[in-house]
Order: sequence, then C-alpha cells, then structure tokens
Amino acid sequence: MMNLVLIVGGLLVLTIIIALVRVSSLISVARKERTKIDKSSNKVNGLLMLIFLIVSGVVTIWYSISTFDDYNLPIASEHGLETDRLFWITMVITGFIFVLTNILLFYFSFRYQYNEDRRAYFFPDNNKLEIIWTVVPAIVLTLLVIVGISTWNDITGKAPKDSEVIEIMGFQFAWVTRYPGKDNKLGNYNYRLIDAENLFGLDFSDRNAHDDFMPRELHLPKGKPVLLKIRARDVIHSVFAPHFRLKMDAVPGMPTQFWFVPIKTTEEMRVETGNDEFNYEIACTELCGKGHFTMRLLVIVHELEDYEKWKATQQPWLAKNPDYISKIPEEMRELAMINAGISLDEK
Amino acid sequence: MAIADIHVAEDTHHEDHLDHEQSFVTKYIFSQDHKTIAKQFLITGIFWALMGGLMSLVFRLQLGFPEATLEWLRPIFGGWITESGKLEPEFYLAMVTMHGTIMVFFVLTAGLSGTFSNFLIPLQIGARDMASGFMNMLSYWFFFVSSVVMFISLFIETGPAMGGWVIYPPLSALPQAISGSGLGMTMWLIAMMFFIVSTMLGGINYITTIINLRTRGMSFTRLPLTIWAFFLTAILGLLSFPVLVAAVLLLIFDRSFGTSFYLSDIYIGGEALPNSGGSPILFQHLFWFLGHPEVYIVILPALGITSEIISTNSRKPIFGYKAMIGSLMAIAILSFVVWAHHMFITGMNPFLGSVFMLLTFIIAVPSAIKVFNYITTLWRGNIIFTPAMLFSIGLVSFFITGGVTGIFLGSAALDIQLHDTYFVVAHFHIVMGSAAFFGMVAGVYHWFPKMFGRMMDARLGYIHFWMSFVGVYSVFFPMHYIGIAGFPRRYYSFTNFDAFNSYADLNALITIAAFITMSAQFIFLFNFFYSIFRGRKTPQNPWNSNTLEWTAPINPEHGNWPGEIPTVYRWPYDYSKPGAKEDFIPQNIPFSETPESNFPNETESIKLQGIDKGDAIIVDETEE
Ligand code: HEM
Ligand SMILES: [Cu+2]
Ligand SMILES: [Cu+2]
Repeated sequence: MMNLVLIVGGLLVLTIIIALVRVSSLISVARKERTKIDKSSNKVNGLLMLIFLIVSGVVTIWYSISTFDDYNLPIASEHGLETDRLFWITMVITGFIFVLTNILLFYFSFRYQYNEDRRAYFFPDNNKLEIIWTVVPAIVLTLLVIVGISTWNDITGKAPKDSEVIEIMGFQFAWVTRYPGKDNKLGNYNYRLIDAENLFGLDFSDRNAHDDFMPRELHLPKGKPVLLKIRARDVIHSVFAPHFRLKMDAVPGMPTQFWFVPIKTTEEMRVETGNDEFNYEIACTELCGKGHFTMRLLVIVHELEDYEKWKATQQPWLAKNPDYISKIPEEMRELAMINAGISLDEK
Repeated sequence: MAIADIHVAEDTHHEDHLDHEQSFVTKYIFSQDHKTIAKQFLITGIFWALMGGLMSLVFRLQLGFPEATLEWLRPIFGGWITESGKLEPEFYLAMVTMHGTIMVFFVLTAGLSGTFSNFLIPLQIGARDMASGFMNMLSYWFFFVSSVVMFISLFIETGPAMGGWVIYPPLSALPQAISGSGLGMTMWLIAMMFFIVSTMLGGINYITTIINLRTRGMSFTRLPLTIWAFFLTAILGLLSFPVLVAAVLLLIFDRSFGTSFYLSDIYIGGEALPNSGGSPILFQHLFWFLGHPEVYIVILPALGITSEIISTNSRKPIFGYKAMIGSLMAIAILSFVVWAHHMFITGMNPFLGSVFMLLTFIIAVPSAIKVFNYITTLWRGNIIFTPAMLFSIGLVSFFITGGVTGIFLGSAALDIQLHDTYFVVAHFHIVMGSAAFFGMVAGVYHWFPKMFGRMMDARLGYIHFWMSFVGVYSVFFPMHYIGIAGFPRRYYSFTNFDAFNSYADLNALITIAAFITMSAQFIFLFNFFYSIFRGRKTPQNPWNSNTLEWTAPINPEHGNWPGEIPTVYRWPYDYSKPGAKEDFIPQNIPFSETPESNFPNETESIKLQGIDKGDAIIVDETEE
C-alpha cells in the first residue's frame, strides 16, 4: 500500500512540475494568432486513449478476479441465490455492452485522429443501423425485465402461513427485536405508551402482548420462512442484512415487512468462510442521524431444533419488568401474570 | 416570427445606444446582457464547485484515513473537530449533505444550464438577447440570494442541513433528531425556494426565446443539438420544480406550524409527538418526482454540449441528428414516469415496483441510442483532440459506465442489495456527477474564445483532462466493489461492523485519487483566469465550426451582431460534405453559394430560399 502511495505521489509531483513548466513558458510566449492543428499533441492524446483503454481494462480484470471473494459476500438466504443469479446474468449482458462500447469509443478515437490529407466520411444517418441498435437493446432489456420482474415477484410475494413472525424496530440509534412468545401472536402497541423501559410501546391491555419477549439479538431458524415485521419510532431507518440480501426501510407510522428463508447457520457460515469469529449482522442504510453508522444488530442463525430450545428459555418482557403489571387493567392482571409465566404468589 | 425579428431589430439601436452610457453597475453587475449573465452563472458555479469539491475532500479524508488527526483543520472548523482531533460525526453528515446539494443544484443545474443556456441560446439561434433580459437578470440574482443563504447556513452554530441532499423527513423535520434540522434546515429550505424561483425565471426565458426569437431560416429541424437539449431541459425544470415547491412547502408547514403531512406515530427525545396520519413516503414521492427529472436536467445540457463538440471536432455530422432529438425527447418524457425506482424498498406496493422497473428499462433504450450515435460519429472521422473534445469523449465513456450500472439499480430485485450502498454512489457520480461535470468543462473550453475573446491553453487542458479522467475513474470505479460488498453510504466510519471492516486500502486509495483529481482542477482554474486576461487572442472561428455564434464579432456587444442578424440556410452539421472546398459549411451560407457540394434536394430548395442577400424587413415565407 505504502508503495502505491509513493508511486501515485511521485506521479502527482511530476505532473505538477510539467504543469508549472508549461505555465512559465506560457507567460513568456508571444501571443500571436494560430489556428494550425497541433499534430504532435493530437498524436499523443490519441495514443493515450489507447493506453488508457488497455491499462484500465487490464487493471479492472485483474482486480475483479483477484479480489472476487472479498466483495462477493456468501449468500445466506434462499432468495439471495436468486438475486445473485440475476446479478450475474445482468453483469454478463451489460458487461458485454460495456466492454464493446468502451473499446469502440477509445479505439475509434485513436484510429481516426486528424490527418490533413484525409476527409472525414460524411455519414449523417442510416436507418438500418439505427433500427438495429434500437431494436436489439430493446429485446435484450425486455428479457432482463422479464427475469427481473419474476424474481422480484417471488421475493415480494405473500409470506407462507407457517412463517416465524418476528418484529424488528429501529430507533436512534439501535435495533430491537420482539418475538411473539408462546401464543405466536405479537401483541398490540401504541407509540404513546413508549417510555424508557417499554421501548416498543407494548399495550398490555392486549393479552397477546403479555408473553412477548425481546432478546438482545435477532435469532433465526435455519430452513424456516421468517417474516420480519419492520417499523421505526422516530425517523426512517432501513434494515440491511447483507448476507441475506435483505433490505427494507423502517418507516415511522407505516409498518413494512420482508420475508425470507435463512439457509445457513452461523456455525456453518463460520466453517464456510474459515473465520471462527464470523457473525451475521444487520446494519442501517437510511440516514437517521449522528449514530447512523453505529446501528448494528447481531444476527444468529440456529438449526431449527436449537432455535426452538433457545426460544423456550426466553422470559417474557413482562416477567422481567413486573412493575408494569400495575399499569394493566385490574381485571386482566391475573391473566397477564399467567401468560407471562409469573407465579401469582409474587404479588 | 417575422414580427419578432423586426421588433428585435428595432430594439438594437436602442440598446446600442444604452451600451455607451452604461455604468459599471449596469454593465457587469445588474446586467441584462445574456452573455454577462452567463458569465455570472459560470463564476458563481465555479465558486460552488470549489466549495463542494473541498467538502468532499474533507469527508474523503475521514473515510480514507480514519486514524489520521484532523487537528490542523480546527482553525477552519472550530468546534466541529472533536477533542481527539476527529471530525464530529454530525459534521461529517453536514459536509456530505452540503456537498450533494451544492453539486446537484448549484453547480450542475445553475452553473451548467445557467451558463450555457444563457450564453448559447441567443448566439446559436440568432437573437439579440433573451426574450426578457430583465427576468434573466432576476434569475441570476435569485440564484445569488439563494447562494448567500446557503453559504451563511454553513457557519451557524447548529450547523447546516445534515439529512442528506434528499432531506427525507422525519429526520429533516425534527430538530430533536439531528442538530442540522434546526436553523440549518430552515435556511436550506429558504435557499431552495429562491433557487427554484431562479430556475423558473430562467426556464421560462429559455423556452420563449427558443420558440419566438429564432432568426430567419432557423427552423426547429435546423437547431443545433445544444439548443434542443437546453429547450427540453428548461421544459423539464418548469414541470418538475413546482412539485419540489409543494414538497418543501408541506415540509415547512410540518416544521413550523404543527401540521402532519409527513409525520406520524413518532416518539423522540423522550416524548411522543402529537402528529398522526402523515406519511414520510409521501415526501419521497414528491421529492423524486422532481428528483429524477432533475438528474436529466443535469445531464441533458451536457449531452447537448458534447453532441456539438464531438461533431465539430470529428469534422463529421453528428450521426442520426433526428434520432438524437428523438431520444432527447423520449428521455425527457420518460423521466417523469420512473421516479419510484428510487423507492423500491420503501415498502411501497411490490406491483408498483414492477411497473417502475419496466419504465426504467424503457428509458435505457434512448440512452443507448445516444451512445451508439456518438460512437458512430467518431467512426471514420478526422478527430482533433482539443481539450473540449477530450472531455466530451470522457463524458461518453462515463455515460456508458454509469448507464450500465443503472440497469442493475433499475432492477428492483437487485436494488434490494445495492440500494443506499456505495454502488449507488459510484453510479450517480459517474453517470450524473462526472459526466455532467465533464460536459460543463468541455463547454467552457469550447466556448471560452466566444466568452472572453481569448483562447485557453491547450496543453494545460490536456493535463487537466488526463488527470481528471483517470482521477475520476480511480475515485468512483472502486466504489462499485465496495458497494457490491454492501458498504452503506453516508457512513462516518465502517469499523463497527465485521462485514464492512475491510477495504481500508481501497478507501485510502480513493481518497488519494480524489486529492489528485481535485488538484487537477486548480490547473484548470489557473488556465481559466490567466487566459481571461492574458490568453492568446482568438481568431473569428477557432474550431472551424458551423454554428451561428462564430459569425458574431469576436467580442460581441450587447445585441450580439452589429448589423443584421445572419439568416440560416442549412442544418448545423455540414462537416466534410463531399465536394465542398472546406471541411465545414457554416449555417449562414446559402446553398446557392455551394453548388459543388449540394445534394439534389438542396439545389432545388435554393429557389424556395429565394432571399439570399436577406433584407431585414422581408418576411421569410419558408418559416412554418
Ligand atoms: C471531487 C469529486 C467528488 C468526490 C471525491 C465525491 C465524493 C463523494 C462521496 C464519497 C460521497 C458519499 C459520502 C457518503 O455517502 O458518506 C458523495 C456524495 C454525493 N455526491 Fe459527491 N463527490 C465528488 C463530486 C460530486 C459531483 C460532481 C456531484 C454532482 C452530481 C456530486 C454529487 C453527490 C451527491 C448528490 C451525493 C449524495 C449526498 C447525500 O448522500 O445526500 N459529487 N460524494
Ligand atoms: Cu440509520
Ligand atoms: Cu431516478
């Protein structure tokens, strides 16, 4: 790296010196009219076009191949396999056009440099050519649209009925998660009930809320559809789980959702990446304020049975915060305590 | 048509008269001369480009060298440098936001359209000035006021706006959410209001001028592509900026008068806000209804400018003139129906996502046609690499590269992963930022002789080009990789995440490249200002170009042509016509003077044109 810096720095100094020399010669130059075309610099520029094409092409290809694994995150979800396939289809098709047009652009620039003895070819239009390059891109793009829309529809379709429903909420500056508990139903919430403890604004007059629990990480079962219910309570955030190819905005006042199927446990991913410390993460990708870059949530994918075991060990939020029982309507308190697994004697 | 001509002809005497008595103030400051106003826009644009560029260096330092101490910046930034010599994260966001706003609106909208629409429209269509010199002057001064307000906002206690250039509420609506959403945001909104007024005044003028003040013979099918591009750009602006006014007004109401257009169910700063029923997504729809046309407002003039320059310096007609106009129109129209491709993952209805994806792919077709036409124009040309030509070729390369990545982002399923990552940053910097910037610079090199009567130095131009071209690619191309790896944009630092804790080297490299690119711009600045005063004197038509501006005196007075305005007899792209003596035939040369190169249908039209030695009073019957 340091070498690179030195080389680049050296080049910079060199060009600046050239520029300075030029500047000084400018100042002394006689200012007379001249419209002659400067052939030597025309040649140099033409040649540089070609050199740029070749050098940048080689560097790009070399870098793309040698660092392939660095920028291609391993895929951890079912639909991720689909989107990555689409990505590479698009890459091949557009890559071909990209390479072709750039080659033509720079090669023509080099090849057809000014020559006094030659006239340019007067070629104002050609219907056939123009129709070809309207129709061909149109067809290629149509194909891409068809594949793209069908992939998109698959991903955004209805979540399967047996999905594991989990809520994730963003606020300045953290993510919190909520699981439905034994009844498999997330309880109601109301943003006016939010306080320093009750981050979600859970409404305990809804019995479904009594057994909801909130772990510090996002735990997911491998191989089972997961439906993330996404919301925010202050400004817009965006849930981004890069390995799962998952992103969805979290909007205050407008809950959103995203369903997906994790296909690799954290352990499996550690083996695959050869990194014992590997962890799935969720980041925020919608600017939300000063701490935007710190909104990290740890994600842990378990085998299904481990996941169920883990769930069974989780204590409902209400059980951990018994103070809130007093805020529940009198007639529901007993029920709430049963639901939350608090022994009635404690009271 | 004819009537308008006569009016203007009368006006000239009047104005010639005025010129003599003009004081410094009316000549250089409150000028109504389109050429002076253009220069005012240009200089202000250059100032803002410098500001925006320097800001990018500041946050690039943070990204490339997060460990480095920025203590040495304390004299400038004061309290925004933390105890430990780091950039305050909020200040980082302020820099990013201001950089984006400045570049998109002040540099590439006002600086680009303002300069070249003003300068070229009257000169290339053969008019004495804009339809309304007074409105034109107002347009600049509204922009100036806007600039002043925005500039002052940089220095206030709570900092300038920090919510990103797209100012999504609730972040931008709630001062509790981020300090820049206090006074800084208010000033941003006021500045943008002035800015919009300026754009509207300018746009109305460009459109009326192009429709009404074309010289005799200058039919729409003989307009240079620059003018077509400016024309469509102005229409886009006129139709889309009012929607931004609406968005901004509602935001102002939400901020100051307790309404809930964009706010609902919010708990912030330890209290629940009373607002309910609003939708932050509504703002995004309104914003991008302007925002997407805006990116074309930025790029179309640049495409127009390069069409002209590439044709002139290839010594060839632009290939597919009609197709170029057709694609410009198609792009302009379609640009109004693709806005929601910025919103695929906001939770909007997935079906809508499919529709906008389809529309987005359709707009790729006319863009592709333009690229193929540029390349065909180079084919078998006789290419002269003036600095302007180099920058134009650079633009085409950027347009290709950025267009290709647009296909990825336009595909909703791929956007899931790529949205709001550095892939997007790479995409829009290349296709919009750098391409439009190169178009603007190309325009300056090309029309500098007409603006200042002197030439810029070509060699310095070459150095400027190669440093910028290689520099821009080295800054933005690597961002694709970082983006594919998932690095989110608007991040102050990446060290909090295992997934993003790599690429420190590449980020350092990008920062170094950014410094090099920026330093190349100082070569340009030197060249520009030096040449204004001491550059080589220009000949009448330095690039042997066909368009009308080169028939005006080298230093045109207010009114542009001392005598009569030249009449136009042909399209602007008769370069290297077979049989012709020279490799160019300007638009004001009648077919009757070029029998050796006329095509059969052109020989016939000589009779129709009739008035070779035109007389100002005669009505031109060939006009529609
Ligand atoms: C010196 C050349 C430039 C450099 C090094 C540069 C660098 C950057 C970087 C790194 C970001 C992203 C920062 C982040 O997300 O944390 C950014 C944002 C941006 N830049 Fe540039 N840029 C340059 C020139 C331009 C130009 C010419 C334009 C004109 C369109 C432009 C428009 C923008 C916009 C719109 C944003 C987004 C701001 C936001 O997120 O709200 N930049 N720039
Ligand atoms: Cu965030
Ligand atoms: Cu768009």
